[in-house]
Amino acid sequence: MTFVRRHLSGMLVLGIPLAWIVVFMLVPYAIIGTYSFWSKTYPTFRPDFQFGNYATLFSDPQYLQVLLRTLKISALVSVASLALAYPFAYWLVFRCRWAGVRTWLYMAVIAPLWVSYLLRAYIWKTILGTEGILNSFLMWSGLTDAPSDIFLYNQFAMVLTLTYIFIPFMVMPIYTALERIPPNLAEASADLGQTPWQTFLKVTLPLSTPGIAAGFTLTFCLSFGDFIAPFLVGGPDGNLIASVIQTQFGSALNWPLGSALSVVMLVIVLSIVSLSDRLERSSRVGAS
Amino acid sequence: MAAIIQLRGLSKHYSKTIIGVDDVSFSVEDGEFVTLLGPSGCGKSTLLRMIGGFEEPTQGTILLAGRDVTWDPPYRREVNMVFQDYALFPHMTVGQNIAYGLKMAGERRAAARARAAEALELVGLPDKIDQRPDQLSGGQRQRIALARAIVRRPKVLLLDEPLSALDARMRDQMRIELKHLHEKVGITFIMVTHDQEEALTMSDRIIVMEQGRVAQDGRPQDIYDHPASPYVANFIGTTNFLPAIVTRTGAGRATFNCGGAGVDVLTETAPQAGARVTLGFRPEKTRLLAEGETAPNVLEGRIAEVIYYGLGLRTSVELPTGDSLFIDTLLADTLVRSAIPRPGTPARVAIAPHNIFVFPGEVRS
Amino acid sequence: MTARTSRGLISRYGADTAFMTFVALLMAFLYIPIWVLITFSFSSSRSLTWPIPGFTLEWYRKLFANADLQTAVGNSFYVATFATLLALVVGVAAAMALNRYDFPGKTLFRRLILLPITLPGIVTGISMLNMFSLFGFPLSLETVIFGHATALLGVVVTQVYARLQRLPRSLAEASGDLGANPLRTFIYVTLPNLRSAIIGAGLLSFVLSFDEIPVTFFLTGRDNTLPMYIYSTMRRGVTPEINAVGTLIVLASLVLIVISVVVTRDKRS
Repeated sequence: MTFVRRHLSGMLVLGIPLAWIVVFMLVPYAIIGTYSFWSKTYPTFRPDFQFGNYATLFSDPQYLQVLLRTLKISALVSVASLALAYPFAYWLVFRCRWAGVRTWLYMAVIAPLWVSYLLRAYIWKTILGTEGILNSFLMWSGLTDAPSDIFLYNQFAMVLTLTYIFIPFMVMPIYTALERIPPNLAEASADLGQTPWQTFLKVTLPLSTPGIAAGFTLTFCLSFGDFIAPFLVGGPDGNLIASVIQTQFGSALNWPLGSALSVVMLVIVLSIVSLSDRLERSSRVGAS
Repeated sequence: MAAIIQLRGLSKHYSKTIIGVDDVSFSVEDGEFVTLLGPSGCGKSTLLRMIGGFEEPTQGTILLAGRDVTWDPPYRREVNMVFQDYALFPHMTVGQNIAYGLKMAGERRAAARARAAEALELVGLPDKIDQRPDQLSGGQRQRIALARAIVRRPKVLLLDEPLSALDARMRDQMRIELKHLHEKVGITFIMVTHDQEEALTMSDRIIVMEQGRVAQDGRPQDIYDHPASPYVANFIGTTNFLPAIVTRTGAGRATFNCGGAGVDVLTETAPQAGARVTLGFRPEKTRLLAEGETAPNVLEGRIAEVIYYGLGLRTSVELPTGDSLFIDTLLADTLVRSAIPRPGTPARVAIAPHNIFVFPGEVRS
Repeated sequence: MTARTSRGLISRYGADTAFMTFVALLMAFLYIPIWVLITFSFSSSRSLTWPIPGFTLEWYRKLFANADLQTAVGNSFYVATFATLLALVVGVAAAMALNRYDFPGKTLFRRLILLPITLPGIVTGISMLNMFSLFGFPLSLETVIFGHATALLGVVVTQVYARLQRLPRSLAEASGDLGANPLRTFIYVTLPNLRSAIIGAGLLSFVLSFDEIPVTFFLTGRDNTLPMYIYSTMRRGVTPEINAVGTLIVLASLVLIVISVVVTRDKRS
C-alpha cells in the first residue's frame, strides 16, 4: 500500500480541522494584524505600514483609560466570582452530606448558563433602575421614600451583573479540582493534628489552584471582552474596550485603529491563557 | 508443512539510540505454537504488533503464506490478535463482539450469529451470547476475546500476554485450555509472554528475546537443556554460575579449574586452555553427596541455608571461593527428617559432566 | 465529652450553619432575578415596578403575533443547527487528531482550537468580518454559521477529547484487526462510544449558538437572529414583552437541560 493510502484517514482527521483553523482563524488574524498597520485617511483608510495606531493606543489617555477600566472591572468580577464560587464549591464537595442535594445544587448553579446571557444582563437593568424593581420594592416596603440612582449605570452595576453572569464559569473548574482531591488527604492531615482551617490552607487550597487558575482565566477573559452587559447597565462607565472596538468598526470607520485594538486584546488574552497554563502545569507537577 | 510466517531482517528503530526490534529473522511453520519470551522491554510485544500490522517496521519484510504483508494494515492481513486487555467492545453484546469480524467480512447476520455461537461452544461459554462484556469475569472475557479472534479462521493467531491479567489459579487452567484449543483448531499460534513457565508448558517452540534481538530459538527442551547464553540460562529456569579457567580441551570434552576443584565437562564449545569461562548448571541437576559417596566433579563447601517449599528443598551451599550455589531436591517419601542437611555443616556437591553449560567470559549474576 | 471535643462540635456546627446560610443566599442571588423575570412577564403594567398591579397574558399574545420575532427565532434555529453540525464534524476530527497523533505544532493547534472560548467574541467576529469582506463574501446567515462554528469548536473538542482519552486505544486496533478499515472502525466502534459526549457537546453548542451575540453582531447581513432581535428591542426601551420572551427561553432551556441530563446519565449507568 502506498504511504498516502495507508495514512489517508489520519491525514483527513488532521487535515480538516487544520484547514478550518487556517481559513477561519489564522487568515482572519493575519488580516487584522495587517490592517492594524494601516493609516486612517479621511474618510476611510489606506494600506500602509506604520505604528501610528499602536502609538495612539498607548499615548492617548482616553484609550489607556478605557483599557485600564476594562482590566479593573474584569479583575473585580473575577475576584467577586471567586469569593462566591469557592466557598460554594468547597461546601458542595466536602461538607454536603447528601449526594442528591450536591448534584442538584451543582446543576442549579450551572443551569443559568443555558438561559440567555442577554436576558440575564437585561434583568439586572430592570431590577436596578430608578424605576426598577429594587427601587419600587424599597419604596413599597417603606425602607426608602425616593428612588435612588446609585444602583444602575455605574461600575457597581457592571461588576454585579457580570459576576452574576459568569459565576458558573468559576464554579465549574473549582468544583472539578476539589473533587479530584483524594478524601484521605484531609483525613491524614487531621490525623497529624491539623485543625480544619490549617488542613484547608495547607492541603486543600494548594491542590485546588489549577481549578482556581482556570476559573479565574475564563472569567477574566470573558469579562474583558464583553460589551453587551456593560452597555446595558454600565452607563457612561460602560464604555469598555470592546465597545470602543465596536465603534471603530462602526460609526468611526477607523478600521486600522479598531484592528490595532483587537490585536492588543488578542495579545492580552493569549498572555493570560499561557500564563495560566504554565501555572496549572507547574502546580500540578508539584501536587502529584 | 509450509512456512506460514517469515520474518526477514525485521527492525524497529525509534531513534539512533532507542531500538525496539533489531534485525530479527525467523520462520514459523503452519500449525506451530511459538512463544516469544523475554522480560519487559525486550521487544517481543513490538515484534508481535508488527506481525499484526499495528506498528510499521523501519526495515525488513514480513511474509504471510508467501505474500509480502509488511505494509498491509491489520484489516488486510489474515491474522488476528487477542489483546492484553481483551479489547472487547463495551457497547456490544458478546455475540455481537464475536460476530463483528464476520460482519466486516460481509456475512449475513443469521449466519454470523450461528458461527459466533459455535465459537462460544468452542471456548466453553455457550450461554453468554447475549450478555455484555462488563457482566463477565476476567477469565470469561479472555475466552470471548479468543472466540472473537478465532471465528474468522485466521492463518495466524497472535496472543499478547493472554494470561497476565488472570489470577494464579485461572492462569493454570487457561494454560491447559489454550493448549487444547490450539490442538483442536489447528491454527498457528504466536504468543508473547514474560512467564517462562507458560512458555515451557505451552509451546512447540520458544524464541527468547533480548534487547530487540533473538537470543535463542528452539524447542523448550533444547532451550532448557542447552541454553545458548547466560542470559537464556538465567531467564529460563534457575542456573548456578561459577567462574572457571580452561585447563585442557579434547574431542568433545574439556576440563576446568573451578575454584581449585577439577571439573570435567562434555562439551563441543570450550575455548583453548587458559581462557576464562563461566560454568552453568541447574539446581535440580546438582546433587548433595552423602557420607562416603563418590561421583565425578565434586565441589566442597558449607551449607548456608535450607528453604522448604512444599515440593522439595532448596539448599544453598557456600564455596570457599565465596560463590554460592543452589541445589533443588524433591522430597521423596523415603527421605527421613534426619537426612535434611543442617546449616553450617560441610557439604559435598556433584554435577554430572553432561549437565554443565560452558559460557565464554565472566558472567555478572 | 471533654471541653475540647464539645467546642469542636459547636464550631463545626457553627461552620456548617454559616456555610448553609451562604449557599442559601447564593441560590437566592442566582434565582431571584429569574423569578422576577418570569413573574413580571405576567404583569399588567407596562413599567416594571413592584408591586405588580395585575396579571395578564397580553405580552405573550403580542409575542405570538410578532412576525419579526418569529422570523428571528427561525433564523436562530437555522444557524444553530448548521453551526452545531459543522462544529461537531470538525470538532470530533480535531479531538481525534489530538488524541491519536503526535505532530509538530500540536500545542499550537490545540491552543488555537480552544482560543475562541476565552477570546472575546468581538475579536472572532471582527477578524472574520474583515476576511469575508476582503474576499468579497456578502454577510448573511451563512457567514454567521461559519462564525459560530469556529467559536463552538472548542466546546466540542473539550468534551469529545475528554471522552476519547478514556477510550482504550486497543478498541480501535481490535476493530482494525477484525477487518474494519478506518472509516468502518469510526462508524461501528468509535462513534457509538462517543455518543454521550457528542450529544452533550451538541446540545451545549446548540444552546450557545442560539444565545450568541458578539460574533453574530458583526457577521450578520440583514437577517436577525433571536438575540440580535431582542438586543435591538432592548435598546429602544424596557418592556414586559422581553420578559415574556425571556420566560419562554427559560422554559426551553429547562427542557434542554433535562434532556441533556437524561441522555448523558443513561450512558453512564
